[in-house]
Amino acid sequence: MSINATPTGADVAADETATRSTGRHAAVPAQRAGRRAKAPLSENKRAERRLGWLLCAPAALVMVLVTAYPILYSVWLSLQRFDLRFPDQREFIGLDNYVTVLTNQFWWTAFGVTALITVVTVAIELVLGMGLALIMHRTLVGRGIVRTAALIPYGIVTVVAAFSWRYAWTPGTGYLANVFDGSAPLTERASSLAIIMLAEIWKTTPFMALLLMAGLALVPEDLLKAASTDGATSWQRFTKVMLPVMKPAILVALLFRTLDAFRVFDNIFVLTAGGNETSSVSMLAYNNLIRGLNLGIGSTMSVLIFIAVAIIAFVFVKLFGTAAPGSDDGERR
Amino acid sequence: MADIVLDKVSKKFPDGTVAVQDVDLEIADGEFVILVGPSGCGKSTTLNMIAGLEDISSGELRIAGQRVNDKAPRDRDIAMVFQSYALYPNMTVRENMAFPLRLAKLDRATIDAKVDEAAKVLELTPLLDRKPANLSGGQRQRVAMGRAIVRQPKAFLMDEPLSNLDAKLRVQMRTVVSRLQKQLGTTTVYVTHDQTEAMTLGDRVVIMRGGAVQQVGPPQELYDHPRNLFVAGFIGSPSMNFLHAAVSEGRLRTALGDVAIGDRLRRQIEGADAPRELILGIRPEHFEDAELIDEETRRRGMEFDAPVDIVESMGSDKYVYFTVEGERATAAELEELAADAGAADFAGAGSSLVTRLSAESAVREGENRRVWFNLDKIHLFDPSTGRNLTLHEGRAAGALAD
Repeated sequence: MSINATPTGADVAADETATRSTGRHAAVPAQRAGRRAKAPLSENKRAERRLGWLLCAPAALVMVLVTAYPILYSVWLSLQRFDLRFPDQREFIGLDNYVTVLTNQFWWTAFGVTALITVVTVAIELVLGMGLALIMHRTLVGRGIVRTAALIPYGIVTVVAAFSWRYAWTPGTGYLANVFDGSAPLTERASSLAIIMLAEIWKTTPFMALLLMAGLALVPEDLLKAASTDGATSWQRFTKVMLPVMKPAILVALLFRTLDAFRVFDNIFVLTAGGNETSSVSMLAYNNLIRGLNLGIGSTMSVLIFIAVAIIAFVFVKLFGTAAPGSDDGERR
Repeated sequence: MADIVLDKVSKKFPDGTVAVQDVDLEIADGEFVILVGPSGCGKSTTLNMIAGLEDISSGELRIAGQRVNDKAPRDRDIAMVFQSYALYPNMTVRENMAFPLRLAKLDRATIDAKVDEAAKVLELTPLLDRKPANLSGGQRQRVAMGRAIVRQPKAFLMDEPLSNLDAKLRVQMRTVVSRLQKQLGTTTVYVTHDQTEAMTLGDRVVIMRGGAVQQVGPPQELYDHPRNLFVAGFIGSPSMNFLHAAVSEGRLRTALGDVAIGDRLRRQIEGADAPRELILGIRPEHFEDAELIDEETRRRGMEFDAPVDIVESMGSDKYVYFTVEGERATAAELEELAADAGAADFAGAGSSLVTRLSAESAVREGENRRVWFNLDKIHLFDPSTGRNLTLHEGRAAGALAD
C-alpha cells in the first residue's frame, strides 16, 4: 500500500506545480484523471515530473529496504525446508510448506479464532465507536474532558493493558475474578476468547470513534436540518442521511480495524499465551518462527497472513469502494 | 396553509448573547414576507426558530393559531430551502424530492405522481435520475425548491435560497420563486441580505438590525417612508445620500446650502431637548440637472453648484457623483451600514453625493454643474437615535410641510 502511495503522491505534487504555473487551479482533478490518458507532455512538465520522482526517491528507497526486502525474503524462506535445529537439512522444496500448513488442523483452528475475533470485535467496535463518536461530536459541555476520557484506553500500551486485564481475571487477587466468585475464566477456551475480545474492544474502540468522528464532521449541518424539516425522526436522520454521507469514513475505519484485528497478537500473548486453542494466526506464526525456530514453516504462515490481509484490503477497496476520507469530494457537494 | 404569528419572540444563547429580541410579527395566510438585514442581524435565527431548528428562549410562536414552541420541526409541517440547498448527496433527484413524502408514509403511486408534477413545474423531469453532484447550481436550487413544494406544507421557509447563484441566474430564479409562490399561495418567509430581492419579491418586508425589527411594511412604503436612518440607508440602490445639517435660526445649514423648513418641523426641532445637529437624507433620484427643470418644479426645491466627479451613463438615466464640501454625517447606523456594504467609505456617508439625473442632461466629468433637488423628498434624522423626524403619522412629509 505504502509502496504504491509514494509515486502517486509525487505525481500529484508535480501536477500541482504544473497547475500553479499555468494558473488553472480548478483543473487539478481533471488533470489527475487525464494523467492516465498519456497525453503528450510538454518539456516543462516532463522536467517537473522528473523532479517529482527525484524528490520521492529517498523515501521510496527506504520503503523498499524496510518493507519490500523482508517480504521477499519471507517468501524465499517459505519455499525452503529450513529449521534452525536441523540446519543441515535446509533445501528448496517449492510449495511443500504451504501444503503442510494448509492441511494442518492447528492452522485452521488458529485461523478460525482469528476470524472470530476479527468479526466480533470489529462489529462491536463499530457500534460502540459510533456511539462514542456521536457523543464526542455532540457534547457541548466538557468537550475536552469527554474526549480525553474516551481516548485514554487507546493511549495505554497494549501489553500493559493486557497485563492489567490478566491480573484482574486472576482468581484470588483479581477484582473481576472475585466478582464472579473466584472462577478462573482464563483457563477455559470460551471465556478466554471472550476476555481477549473484551480487551481488544476496550482498547481500540476509541480509535474507531476517532475515525468515525472525522466522518461525522463531513456531514453538513444543513443536511440534518433539512432532514428534520422534511419530517425525519432522529433515528431516520441517522440512518437515512448521516450514515450514507459518512459511508466512506465508515469503510475506512472498518478497513483499518479489520486489518489490525486480523493481526491480533499482544493481548493473546499476555492473556493466554495461546493456551486452550486461543492462538491467532500471528501467535501461531510466532510460535513456529521464534520459539520453534522453524524458519520455513514460520515464514510460510507469515506469507499466508500477508495474503489474507491483502485480500481483506482488496475486498474493501475494490468491492466496497473504500477511499481515503475526502477523496471523493465531487460526490459530496 | 396557515398564518404565522411571532409574539415577543426572543433568542438568547447560553453565553448571554441576544440574537433576536422581542420580535412581533403577524404573517397572514398566503403572504410572502421577507426578512432582510445585514449579516448578524438575527434574520436567520428568526427563521430557524419558526422552523423549530432553534429553541425559542421566550415569547410565543403560533402556526395556524396553534402554539408550536415545543414542537419538533417535523411536527410543524413546514418546508425549508437552504442556501446550501442541502440535497442528500446519496440520493437521486427523484429520491431527494420523494424523501419527505416517503417519511410521511405515502404510498408509492401518490409519491411518484406528486414528484412528477413538481418536477414538471420546475422543469426537472429530465434530471430525475441524476445525483446532485451532477447538477449545476441552478438545477440544485430547483431540486431544493421541488423538495419543498411536493409536500404542500403549511409554510415555506427560505434561507437565502438564491445567494449561491450567479447574478444572472439569481434574477431569473427570483421570478421563478415569485411565480411559484403566487401559484401555490403558500405562506412564505424568505430570508435574504440582498435588498433588491427584498424589494422585488415580498408582499411585506421586515428589516432587522441587531436582533430587533426596525420596520415592517410593503417595499414601497419602506422606501418612501423609512422610520429611521438604518432603514433609509439599507433600502435603495444606490443608497440614500446623508449630509450633516446644523440647525440655526429655523434653517438647516448643509453643504448644499441653507434649507428652509416648514412650521411643523420647526416646532419639533426647536423644542428644548431637540438635537442641534441633524442628518439630512435625500435619494439620488430626487436630484435633477437644473437646466432641465421647469419653473413650477423649481419652486419646490433648491439649487446648488458642485464639481462633477464621475458620470455613469446607464442609458435610461445618468448616475452623477459630486464632491461637496462640509462635514460628514456620522451615526452608529451609518457605520454599520458601511461595514455591511464592505466599504470603509460608505457612498452616502462621505462628502460624495450620488445623484440620478435625466439622460438628457449634458453633464460632463470635471465641470461645475448646477443641480436642483426636491425639498419635498428630503428626510431629517436625529443622529443619536436615528429616528426620522420628517415622518408624520407614518408618512414622510418633507422639510417644507406645515
